[in-house]
Amino acid sequence: MAEAALAPGGPARRRRRSWVPYALLAPGLLWLAVFFVAPMVTLGSQSLQEGNVYDGYTLTGNVGIYADAVGKYWPHLLRSVGYAATATVFALLLAYPLAYFMAQKAGRWKNVLLVLVVAPFFTSFLIRTLAWRTILSDTGPVTEVAQALHLTDLLQLLHLTNNDTLLSSKFAVIAGLTYNFLPFMILPLYAALDRLDPRLVEAAGDLYASPWQAFRHVTWPLSLPGVVAGTLLTFIPAAGDFINSRLLGNTQTVMIGQVIDSQFLRVLDYPLAAALSFVLLLMILGLVTAYVRRAGTEELV
Amino acid sequence: MAEHGAGDLRLTGLTKRFGDFTAVHPLDLTIPRGSFFALLGPSGCGKTTTLRMVAGLEEPSGGTIHLGDTDVTGTRAHRRNVNTVFQSYALFPHMTVLDNVMFGLRRKGDKQAEAKAREALELVQLGQAGGRRPGQLSGGMQQRVALARALVNRPDVLLLDEPLGALDLKLRRQMQIELKRIQQEVGLTFVHVTHDQEEAMTMADHIAVMNAGRIEQLADPATLYEHPASTFVANFLGQSNLLRARVEGGARDGLVRANTEGQELLLAADSVPEGLTDLWVGVRPEKLTLGEAGGRNRLGGRVVDASFTGVATQYVVRTPWGADLVVVQQNDGSARATPGEDVTLSWEPGREFVLDAAQDDHAGLDEVAVDG
Repeated sequence: MAEAALAPGGPARRRRRSWVPYALLAPGLLWLAVFFVAPMVTLGSQSLQEGNVYDGYTLTGNVGIYADAVGKYWPHLLRSVGYAATATVFALLLAYPLAYFMAQKAGRWKNVLLVLVVAPFFTSFLIRTLAWRTILSDTGPVTEVAQALHLTDLLQLLHLTNNDTLLSSKFAVIAGLTYNFLPFMILPLYAALDRLDPRLVEAAGDLYASPWQAFRHVTWPLSLPGVVAGTLLTFIPAAGDFINSRLLGNTQTVMIGQVIDSQFLRVLDYPLAAALSFVLLLMILGLVTAYVRRAGTEELV
Repeated sequence: MAEHGAGDLRLTGLTKRFGDFTAVHPLDLTIPRGSFFALLGPSGCGKTTTLRMVAGLEEPSGGTIHLGDTDVTGTRAHRRNVNTVFQSYALFPHMTVLDNVMFGLRRKGDKQAEAKAREALELVQLGQAGGRRPGQLSGGMQQRVALARALVNRPDVLLLDEPLGALDLKLRRQMQIELKRIQQEVGLTFVHVTHDQEEAMTMADHIAVMNAGRIEQLADPATLYEHPASTFVANFLGQSNLLRARVEGGARDGLVRANTEGQELLLAADSVPEGLTDLWVGVRPEKLTLGEAGGRNRLGGRVVDASFTGVATQYVVRTPWGADLVVVQQNDGSARATPGEDVTLSWEPGREFVLDAAQDDHAGLDEVAVDG
């Protein structure tokens, strides 16, 4: 039996082998067809329909809805991109030193720190965002310290808050986004920096590079794949987020995700919601393509 | 940065401790400017740590490092005019070969960085490879890029940390000759760390043999080989036959009479340290001759092993008291012995070296076996 199984395959065996990859791919392809391609087509067709929930919709090819959607909600689209970009930058600034420390210096604490980074995922996204309401509450210690240090005045000056409290402001929304997507920044950065050979940094120092120059010319470029992956994993979901601005923001911080959410579930204007979803999708796709192109040419540094 | 061409490299009482472990015991060493100096020793003897302290990559626990008259002990690595060729090469994978070589010059703000880098690549015969990435090069080529990257800066001292360790034997031989040629061409001080005694002897003008954080002997290759100062050096550099002997009677005609296991030996008086009576008498395998033609000292034994290597035949001869002696006989047309044959070994007084019997005759043997 065993010998027969190990024997070099004849034509029958070769034929059997050839369908194995397709068989293995089939569940994934089926998944993509049912849960990605089909919804996209439905969403696209929905955006070009007219009617209402009670009388039903008919496909009329109403392309004008896209112009309406952008015309009406461009501030929300821009705001979403702006908040997401800001949160991504802050997440990068926070995550890079942490990931570097974990990967290069933590030694046996490495795994403990990794668990700590992942630990927040054990609680719901919603609960953690709600917790920020408590953290930033008007009478909480964080607000009091910020007031004592006049950080609230600074935030007001920067138009990130409207009064001397922290909650219900741009600041709170961006802080919430930064916090929620931070692990998605840390993990790819960690993976990239873990692969960095410390002897290369040493060699840079030996070749007259100051610590800063060694970082700029060796560590940073070698960690770029992690930076690109981390920023994408942070920026893309943050741009479509609708929880943080609802729970931590005010009426002036409404993001596009919130608009889509309410158009779909409260206003029940399905075509507009679908059109907005597509606009957001194309916008993110465009930005990401431009970014990856630029990062890929190494001229980023 | 230190002035260029600062002069000799001087280590004074240089020490390195890691916790309770002393990697380098207080070390005094002067490496003359422009010399090719080798630090030779088994793994873990402290040679790489010493090198890293000179490079500024490791902070000494004590002592000082001078380049000429400048004390560089506290100077950080990037401010020292010292460059290293790392064992792993440590080439920057995201840069082209040319950018790698220009790296040091760029940091110093050299205007002719590119021209100098191209020249350095020519020197290591890689003029055509400038636009390629290190990952696209073979091990030997990467090694030469690493060398060019360090050389191009014209450092006061060039440190080489087992630079040929990752290469195969043939390539290593070739690179040894090339390194020596380049060193003579550019005239920089080279400090070469290696565990390969042959490599050290081929290339270096001076060799410091290190063992357990200390320098056992510092000399030119011929002196190290002919007159090792310790059993460690005798065993680590080449093969040695060590015979336990006792001095009997004083010197006459420049010779001293000694006795090993009942056999009389004559030793050159000037090689026997004053007042020493218990000795190790060391004879290198190629200085022993099968038969009585070799000289006045004679030992009997039986051939237990003979291996023909083409240029020579290596015999293992067991003495009546059970010691195995290695003999190498050149393939000069003389008759070859066969295993089981009783033979006489002979050598002329003065071709041996003499060491204190208090030393361990197996020192340095294990390390040789490990390094393979």
